[in-house]
Amino acid sequence: MLNLTDVFSQMFSHAFMIRALLAGSAVALCASLLGVSLVLKRYSMIGDGLSHVVFGAMAIALALNLAPLRVAVPVVVLAAFFLLRISQNSRINGDAAIAMISSTSIAIGVIFMNFSSGMNADINSLMFGSVLAMTPGDVHLSLVLSIIVFLLFLAFYDQIFAITFDENFARATGVKVGFFNMLVALLTAITIVLGMRVMGTMLISSLIIFPALSSMRVFISFKSVIISSAILALVCFFLGLTASFIFGTSPGASVVVINAIAFLLFSVAGITLKR
Amino acid sequence: MKILSASKLNVQYDQTTALKDVSFDLYEGDYLCIVGDNGSGKSTLVKTLLGLVKPKSGNIDFHSRITQEEIGYLPQTTHIQRDFPASVMEVVLSGCLNRRKWNPFYSRAEKARALKNLRRLDIEDLKHKSFRALSGGQQQRVLIARALCASEKVLLLDEPVTGLDPQTTASLYELIEKLNQELGMTIIMITHDVGSGLKSASKVLHLRKEVLFFGSLEDYQQEELAKCHRGGLRHA
Repeated sequence: MLNLTDVFSQMFSHAFMIRALLAGSAVALCASLLGVSLVLKRYSMIGDGLSHVVFGAMAIALALNLAPLRVAVPVVVLAAFFLLRISQNSRINGDAAIAMISSTSIAIGVIFMNFSSGMNADINSLMFGSVLAMTPGDVHLSLVLSIIVFLLFLAFYDQIFAITFDENFARATGVKVGFFNMLVALLTAITIVLGMRVMGTMLISSLIIFPALSSMRVFISFKSVIISSAILALVCFFLGLTASFIFGTSPGASVVVINAIAFLLFSVAGITLKR
Repeated sequence: MKILSASKLNVQYDQTTALKDVSFDLYEGDYLCIVGDNGSGKSTLVKTLLGLVKPKSGNIDFHSRITQEEIGYLPQTTHIQRDFPASVMEVVLSGCLNRRKWNPFYSRAEKARALKNLRRLDIEDLKHKSFRALSGGQQQRVLIARALCASEKVLLLDEPVTGLDPQTTASLYELIEKLNQELGMTIIMITHDVGSGLKSASKVLHLRKEVLFFGSLEDYQQEELAKCHRGGLRHA
């Protein structure tokens, strides 16, 4: 039988575990808040597309020995604006365009990594995250940017609700819809870059999508869905990290599985409550 | 008192003309019904009035009493997602967003305004309910309350009775008439329903990309009657 107190005291005797918990929780929180709006606006694919673009940008930075975040942040912000345009333009097939951009980014990233050494380990960490290898500098940056994303989200909460619920009405009553769409895309881009270290390209979307979808099974107001998503994201991240410590599994994958279990539980609760 | 004039509005999507030389004036307290077949440019006119679509030429003048952003708007229901988690109060409050400048939260006055409009539409008891769980008629009332939060001067309704049963339709028309008569609101209503929908209208605008008729309800009904006679004779 596992003794939880022992597990926690062991877990947090490692500085790298504390760093992982801090940085991961911050990113999970931001992703879950933005996720509610992205899922409801049917923009989940944008998050997925961006995570692939980050892979390409990070791989190029690694191959050229540049600071990864300095390359990734501007590239992804540009990509976010671009993807938003594509999905708002009815003449282009948004889904297909995003899939095309995603696979091209991965391909370019892999080719750049072919030219540099030690590619397998690097590709693995880009694909599935390397939250246990975060340096104190990484953690500081993650925390600062997460706080900025969090505060901007809170400051413009009502506008984000308005443009998510009914874009036309918001625009007709003078809300700067274009600006706030861009803001959401920008905050998403930053969150995804930060989430890359934690979850990797393949798994970061889950932080955006799962807490929102789970919460929507049970809660009926926007505010309660937002609050539930935030709490759920933090709880699932903590449980996932703990599970990965106990069982020696990959942290990113463990967090996703915990989120999936939470989704099932919330779905059952939703059906029982007849929501 | 004239509140807005549209003059020679021309709107094009790519190569197709959506509106051609549309001109009309709207006075305070008018109840204007815009009628026309599918594809006659009704929705384009709505979007142009709201500033969501820019006309290729021509313009809309707002005469001092209101600005473009002070048109309360009831969109066609299809725009709103059926599975959206939102409480009635959250939806109605979002109508107050345009009167809030840099304050990040809704003030007490704005909350009171939302409650007042809920009471006005007889749906105060629904305020904590989930929007998506309401019936079609209740949802329309909530969205009208939201529109009233945005403006108490002009209300623009885009096919408000689509998909409602006859009884709900009748009570919604009654409500719109009340807003027009008792609060003196100017009403612009797009409608398919040329029967009971026109009953309380003061003016009618018949659209087929250009204006086929614009004038009082009586004149419109006489003209339609005459048209039927002519049509009937021709068929005979």
